[in-house]
Amino acid sequence: MTVHLSILLFWPLLLSLLGAFAPRAVAPLFALVGALIPLGYAVIMIVDYEPAARGLQYLTDDGWIDELGIRYTLGIDGLNLWLVALTALAFAASALWIALRPPVRAKLYALHFGIAETAVLGAFLAQDLALFVLFFDLMLVPFYFLLGQWGGPDRVQAALKMVVYTLVGSLLMLAGAVAVAVLSPTGELTFSLAELRANLTGEDTQKLLFVAFALAFLIKMPAFPVHGWMPDAYRNMPLPVLAVFSGVVSKVAAYGFLKIALPLFPAAVEDWQLILLLIGLCSILYGSIQAFTQTNTRLILGYSSVAQLGFIVLGIFALDESANGAQGALLQAINHGLVVVPAFLIVALLAARSGGSEDIRDMGGIAFRAPLLASLFLIVTLATLAMPGSANFVSEFLILLGVFQSKLVIALIASTGVVLASVYALRLYIRSMHNRTGVAVTSFELSLRDAVVLVPLVLCIIAFALYPQRALDAGEPAVRSAVAPVTQPAEQAAAAEVTP
Amino acid sequence: MKGPVIDWEALSPLIALVTGACVVLMLGLLRSGFARRQLVPALAFLTLGVTAGLGVWQWGVNTEIIERSLAIDDLTLALTMIFVTGGAATVLLSWRSTAAAEAGEGEYYALLLTSILGMVVLVAAQNLVVVFLGFELLSIPLYVLCATQMRREHSLESGLKYLIIGSVGSATLLYGLALIYGATGATDYAAIAEAAGELTGDVLFLAGIALIVAGLAFKASVAPFHQWTPDVYEGAPTPVTGFMAVATKAAALGVLLRLFDVALIGAVSTWGPALGALAVLTIVIGNVGALGQSSLKRLLAYSSVAQAGYMLAGVVVSTRLGVQATVFYLAAYTVMNLAAFAVIVARERESEAGDDISSLYGLGADRPWLAWPMTISMLALAGFPATAGFFGKFYLIQASVDNGYGWLGVAIVVGSAISLAYYLRVIAAVWMRSPSEAPAGRAGILPGGRPAIAGGSAEVAPERSAGIRRRQPEVVFVAVVCTLATIALGIYPGPLFDVARDAGQAISSLV
Repeated sequence: MTVHLSILLFWPLLLSLLGAFAPRAVAPLFALVGALIPLGYAVIMIVDYEPAARGLQYLTDDGWIDELGIRYTLGIDGLNLWLVALTALAFAASALWIALRPPVRAKLYALHFGIAETAVLGAFLAQDLALFVLFFDLMLVPFYFLLGQWGGPDRVQAALKMVVYTLVGSLLMLAGAVAVAVLSPTGELTFSLAELRANLTGEDTQKLLFVAFALAFLIKMPAFPVHGWMPDAYRNMPLPVLAVFSGVVSKVAAYGFLKIALPLFPAAVEDWQLILLLIGLCSILYGSIQAFTQTNTRLILGYSSVAQLGFIVLGIFALDESANGAQGALLQAINHGLVVVPAFLIVALLAARSGGSEDIRDMGGIAFRAPLLASLFLIVTLATLAMPGSANFVSEFLILLGVFQSKLVIALIASTGVVLASVYALRLYIRSMHNRTGVAVTSFELSLRDAVVLVPLVLCIIAFALYPQRALDAGEPAVRSAVAPVTQPAEQAAAAEVTP
Repeated sequence: MKGPVIDWEALSPLIALVTGACVVLMLGLLRSGFARRQLVPALAFLTLGVTAGLGVWQWGVNTEIIERSLAIDDLTLALTMIFVTGGAATVLLSWRSTAAAEAGEGEYYALLLTSILGMVVLVAAQNLVVVFLGFELLSIPLYVLCATQMRREHSLESGLKYLIIGSVGSATLLYGLALIYGATGATDYAAIAEAAGELTGDVLFLAGIALIVAGLAFKASVAPFHQWTPDVYEGAPTPVTGFMAVATKAAALGVLLRLFDVALIGAVSTWGPALGALAVLTIVIGNVGALGQSSLKRLLAYSSVAQAGYMLAGVVVSTRLGVQATVFYLAAYTVMNLAAFAVIVARERESEAGDDISSLYGLGADRPWLAWPMTISMLALAGFPATAGFFGKFYLIQASVDNGYGWLGVAIVVGSAISLAYYLRVIAAVWMRSPSEAPAGRAGILPGGRPAIAGGSAEVAPERSAGIRRRQPEVVFVAVVCTLATIALGIYPGPLFDVARDAGQAISSLV
């Protein structure tokens, strides 16, 4: 029992609420402090984490709403440790960016930003299904306001589309979550994930409920057939917000599959495995093709995210015996977040150098007068295309290894995605940085205030490339136990009997 | 011959309301402006406070009074609290409004209190005759209240429309009550419940149930008997609209709960699926109807239709959990809806656009104390987390799934998904539009696009000119208090769950 996770969780919200009553000029500083403390916590937790220990660490467990069986349970395990750290890092970087370039109506901006961080952290930390659903739904509200008020020309429509699209899935998940708890043979009403894992619902029920959860997660990602909200939202969202949105929010969905869908609906997962693998595959191919035909830099990155998340889906549903695919997926989730946050911030810098345009046709030749920016962007690009030596290479390799072991044909097709990634990533880099200098381009070097945000992020990419093992070590037992109900149902049942 | 023994203590909330209504009516006859404009609303407010206090005092007593015709139990008292909350907010919103001034303050507030009295009688009724008594006592003052803005054509139209349609509803209900009496030979709930189990195939009995459903559906604005709702809500003075949306709905659902889950529980297999189908229809029609509305009052009218559908699900499942979920949702719905209506009242008084959605443009930048209540209220009605609406829906879905009505849970979820489209439109108007985007040339045109009739309305003409801002702290107060309650219940709903549990246990016929 500890209070640390509660501080970590509610600190950003608290600071942003205080910031709403502070003078306008210091409001972004409140957001920054709100984001830095969780980052400090996350670093300490990574250092402090014991991979060998079983179960949850920093467990916080309190009664909340007894009538509905909802408990306030937070905890850290190998699954969410690094994702929490990624969230804290992404929000801290973005908050620093915002503090150095205060937007209009900065107080409200900071308020929504803080709510967003608390909601995302809450979704990662929750160990109670109802709590997870609550934070998962709550996540949308601040991003709706941030997009709708500070976004581009079509912001209002884009915001509405995003919310309606994603909440359709989320609300189905809400009904699904209630049904899981009510129908689970636990005896008394509980949403505790551990309890629900030990008392699965009937097979037919699982198959229905899995659809509700999978739909919510796939829309949130977004994956191929349900990505319709993505282009408008990405085109219009303010870039520092888009960086955290793309970097972190989509990971909640990937995490949801590992944390909730696989352990709670093992019977359904076997049935749906092929469909989800195909969805992952289609996302890779469709996302890649779109990414190298689009000219808007935001959309190139957006569709590349669709492709990368396709890899994650593929890895999660590889369901190979040694759980390589799922481990790769978890690592890929962290990698993609690490890469996409600086990438979107760099888009802002590119636009500042190409006369405000975010279209690669208006760019070109930016590298000549901005070598430092170019090298940072190059590192990000190489990490995106999973260059051997980058952590992304490790994760994509693990994913493909996992899929090879279970579904050979899908793995063969999916591996073309790796090639396609280098096409779109290099195209983006070359068209913006090299080539003939664009008409409106006036390039200049990275300023100090951009460097303080970007350099640490790129250093994180490099550090992670050199030593991804720590994340893999921390994640391995948790990932194995997440996949185990599907791949080793018999052993799982035996284990459940031994440790009630 | 011996008269009925009366438990005066249990009857005390009703007595307080009657006394208050009489005193307020008499005081309204005074010539002094202070007495009429300040003292009368204050006394009406005090009456509601006393009623609430007596209700708290009687909490947990659970008794049946006057020859078992009224049940003063925790369900009645919980619903009374909702009526009183709605009534108190209405008093504050009506204070200094033109509606009360034009109709005469004494009459206005006395009618309001009488209507609340009718609601309490209705939900406490244990006898078909008392049901009808309460129903009329609730309805007739409301017909008049709708028409209290006498200089506005819309208000008169609204009152007349409500009178005609309400009377049809009353007649239908009365016919149904008569048929039930004919089939069972009793007007007492307990006796009907005894007979109901054997009458599930009886045509007379089933026809009676169908007519009762129709009659009460008019009042609760359950589809397909909801058509009057948007027109009447739009035309009535906004404080009265808020009152009808909240308190009348609670009363209609309260009587449905008691009638169906006590008297007719034996025949649940016959009315359960039918009422469930009505609930789904209501959810769909309400939510789809709200999509294209530009008048906020019409939008909230359709939204209230949809919300009635959600709560009807709690009646259909006919378990104690269902009763609790309905009571919980009613309380949540009361605070979140009142916040929205308070904002509309404020904007009607200070902007030229009336209750059009464009009256909210730029509110986020100009008036945060109105913008946030509207925002939170809409998020809560849509069922977002950290508001009372989230747990309300959660509870209703749980009650539905728990008794095998999973499809009702899905209907609630699908309805909520549709509802986002219009609730978010309101939020977008508050935060994402600037006043310059408002459609021009609305000055002098009343909501609905028709010009004001000769003489105009005092509320429309002088106050709206050039956007004069009148200080209206009481309206902002209602909005902010209801908003805080919405959030508090979304974060710490424990106390309300306790109330709902007590209310649910009052119905002993359920498991």
